[in-house]
Amino acid sequence: MRELELYFGPQHVGMVGNFGIILNVEGDTVVKARSNPGYLHRGFEKLMEYRSYIQNFPLVCRINVMDPDPNEMLYAMAVEDLAGLEVPPRGHYIRSIVLEMSRISSHLFWIWGFGNLLGFDTIGQWAMGDRDYFLDLFEELCGGRVYHIYIWPGGVRRDLPPGFADRLCAACDHLEEKISDYDDLFFNNRIFAERTQGVAPLTREQAISLGITGTNLRATGAGYDVRKDEPYAAYSEFKFDVPVMEDGDSYSRAIVIRLELEQSISIIRQAIAQLPDGPAWNKVPNPFKWNINPGETYVKIESSRGEEGVYMVSDGSNKPYRVYFRTPSYPTGMLVLERLLQGASVSDVGHIMMSLNIAAPEIDR
Amino acid sequence: MIREKKSLFGPFVALKYLFQKPHTFRFPFEQKPTASRYRGLHINEREKCTGCGNCADICPNQAIRMIEVPEIKPEPGKKNELPQIDYGRCCFCGLCVDICPPGSLSLARDYIHIDHATDSFLYMPDSEKSGDQAFVPASEYSIMKASINHRQAANPGFVYDEDYSLVDFDRVPMPVMKPEERRTSFLEMVQGYAEEEARKEASRCLECALCEEACPANMGISRYVRAIWDADYGEAARVIYETNPLPSICGRICTHRCEEACSIGKRGEPVSIRWLKRFAMDQVSLEDYKKVLGTESLEEKDIKKVAIVGAGPAGLSCAYFLALMGHKSTIFESRSKPGGIPRYGVPEYRMPYDMLDKDIEYIKSLGVEIRCNTRVGRDITLDELHRDYAAVFIATGLHMGRSTRVEGTDHPKVFQALNLLGDITEGKEIMVGKKIVVIGGGNVAMDIARSMARLQMKKYGQVNLTACCLESEDIMPADREEIDESREEGIVIYPARGPDRIEIESGEIKGLHTVECTSVFDEEGRFNPKFNKEDKMFLEGDMIIEAIGQGPDMSFIPEELDEKIEKAGRRIKVDEFFQSSVPWLFFGGDIIQGPDVIHAIVNGHEAAKGIDAYIQGGKRS
Repeated sequence: MRELELYFGPQHVGMVGNFGIILNVEGDTVVKARSNPGYLHRGFEKLMEYRSYIQNFPLVCRINVMDPDPNEMLYAMAVEDLAGLEVPPRGHYIRSIVLEMSRISSHLFWIWGFGNLLGFDTIGQWAMGDRDYFLDLFEELCGGRVYHIYIWPGGVRRDLPPGFADRLCAACDHLEEKISDYDDLFFNNRIFAERTQGVAPLTREQAISLGITGTNLRATGAGYDVRKDEPYAAYSEFKFDVPVMEDGDSYSRAIVIRLELEQSISIIRQAIAQLPDGPAWNKVPNPFKWNINPGETYVKIESSRGEEGVYMVSDGSNKPYRVYFRTPSYPTGMLVLERLLQGASVSDVGHIMMSLNIAAPEIDR
Repeated sequence: MIREKKSLFGPFVALKYLFQKPHTFRFPFEQKPTASRYRGLHINEREKCTGCGNCADICPNQAIRMIEVPEIKPEPGKKNELPQIDYGRCCFCGLCVDICPPGSLSLARDYIHIDHATDSFLYMPDSEKSGDQAFVPASEYSIMKASINHRQAANPGFVYDEDYSLVDFDRVPMPVMKPEERRTSFLEMVQGYAEEEARKEASRCLECALCEEACPANMGISRYVRAIWDADYGEAARVIYETNPLPSICGRICTHRCEEACSIGKRGEPVSIRWLKRFAMDQVSLEDYKKVLGTESLEEKDIKKVAIVGAGPAGLSCAYFLALMGHKSTIFESRSKPGGIPRYGVPEYRMPYDMLDKDIEYIKSLGVEIRCNTRVGRDITLDELHRDYAAVFIATGLHMGRSTRVEGTDHPKVFQALNLLGDITEGKEIMVGKKIVVIGGGNVAMDIARSMARLQMKKYGQVNLTACCLESEDIMPADREEIDESREEGIVIYPARGPDRIEIESGEIKGLHTVECTSVFDEEGRFNPKFNKEDKMFLEGDMIIEAIGQGPDMSFIPEELDEKIEKAGRRIKVDEFFQSSVPWLFFGGDIIQGPDVIHAIVNGHEAAKGIDAYIQGGKRS
């Protein structure tokens, strides 16, 4: 049979960000796949070398549109580490709340994409609608729905507005109610299961050797989560489970994400209940005269997609000498996706890509 | 609950939502209100905006430019500039709001701007006060018309919050001697910053340079504060000496108009510019001055010498800048030591003499000759100076104390503050009353009151001193800290009380009768005090000191010369280079402008430029 070269994206309904896959297909079967993230080069890491420490803070959230807060968190943690800044306890708790809100809205966004690519439009609409309740809360908290620009060195940028905790609890209650409908409609649906079980399986050994983390790794049976293993923010104060599935296939990856929603809700509730009083931010030095002592650091956290890290080098000036983002979508998008697509059916390409929860902007920073 | 056994019928649960009201908005017929912290279009309260430009400096996208607005009159602490926002660049991060020192900038809850003109996306934000036509009541606001010219009134979103501001509003506290300790001591009460404290204080400066415009000498304040922060004290000294050759004096007793203009002072404590200058100069020893300041070899022009009358700040400053220009000068000083008012009018606890000497010694080391104990008019005449020198700069200052001329002021135990302060400096034995009354509410009054209080403590072990002045507490001319510190030292101040007469009984002073002063100035702002004679108060005392102001003593100028000197009112008329109508005569310092040390320094500098041009044949450099 003749081999065809087929362009999947960068303008494709299933693509999150301008990310493309070049497929070689024989009939309906993918023979070879090559990831092509070259449409998204925004040069954040380079740009950050030219901006002062505080000027970089509104920039980093843009590295992942769906899940912006972990980027802000990492940047803040790296600067705090190099500058020796302390974060007040309330700041840590609010950061945890915001990070979990971000995880929930990112996972809901993922349900939308995944549902769509499998042809389940209703679940997609529901998830997108319910995500909006969290975006409303973000807007209330920090004045922006998508780019929150909220977690900054020293803590967070503003304290919670009055009544925020109650409204956040209400949104969590609502989501929890809706999740049982999600299950009936989608996750316990036989069509969904038959479409995804056994598709694009990844073994634990493969995942570990390729540097896969997050939900994709936990779907292969490895219970690794930075929040548990090396807690940051206030995560050591909360009780939560790390959902794990064994099979490593598209289905397992989806179920892990679905189960994490409940854990995030639980973490938010615990954080609100234990929220300490006091300031939420320790003042940083005058931004125009803020030189950070020479040094280097690597900090990492668990974003909605896996282990994300920042390596930052300071040469003693008011700008970072180098900032490097280790993003979980890089190995999934560049290494795993190409392998998993080999031999897959063309009709599965979209949902395999989506099941890996790749954020294209994370790949080329 | 994820079940092992999957179902085909579960999905029918979705049907229940068919009959529910959707939670989406039907835009644009229904509007979703933005949250109360929304980061939308900018609002700038123009009357509060100082034009400092910190918003433009912090903007990560260079979306803000400061635009000169001719309609705004610049004044100390306010530039005639306003921020202009380019919405093609703005990312609505709000860093401009968090850095704004006066808190004039905020982001509104409006976010829609519709216009066919692309240049309308570049505009100078205003507020409801300054742009009332653009702001419409919420009821009249329509999303269909939404634009920068059609915004919702009372709709601020992301506003400044002092607890989360990037500006550090709190000054590093200056170590000051405790009132109990300083009451008996003439040691310098302000102890100065340690290096770490000074660098921390210097780090607060935002470098907007509002201070530089307010400083009469336009000193390079932001540059030397940055040098202090960099711990490069030599550089700080170089920047300071560009415009100010008496920094150890200014670093202690300057009237610090710079700090009044400081943008951080709008909502917090201004950067402690004066103490930072003092700190920087304290770090450089006198032996190193020439090396640090690059004056080891000065160019010498072979021309006639310049005579300067009065070794106060104006005279010293003039001599310094003349020396830099290559001119030799001789200063004639009637007192036994140079320094003028900073030495003879300011108490030692504010202005230690060794620091004064440091500044003066450096100026002397540049070849300036100072002839003390030489009074022009008595020991040498002005005509002789004219004969022997190319030009004469007169900066004799104000040292004739004014009298209230109320009944009894001719008594020998009624003193003039400046005379007493001078006597204290010279170490003369002076009368110290058991109960002293000081008349006056300015800094000189506070200086003499606090000096006398110290002497009382030494002699009698207690302070018994009252001060009264015409001005009410809020308009007292003395610095706030002087008033507060005086009170801490046990001095009782009665503001808004005018002297009526001095009670004298069998040749001894018994005290001062005062009446209430209802207003000091008339509607036109002229000095015209009004009294309420019914409200009387008697201040007991055996010694009275007047400190109500000083005048010049120009009696050394011969009459025929005086007639040739043009006057403007009571003051001598001078041009911008302080040259009088008699070309070889230049005047400056307190007799022309002030009274304060920084104006004197500026006058000296400008006069030096004028003299240089005059003796080189009219060309001014």
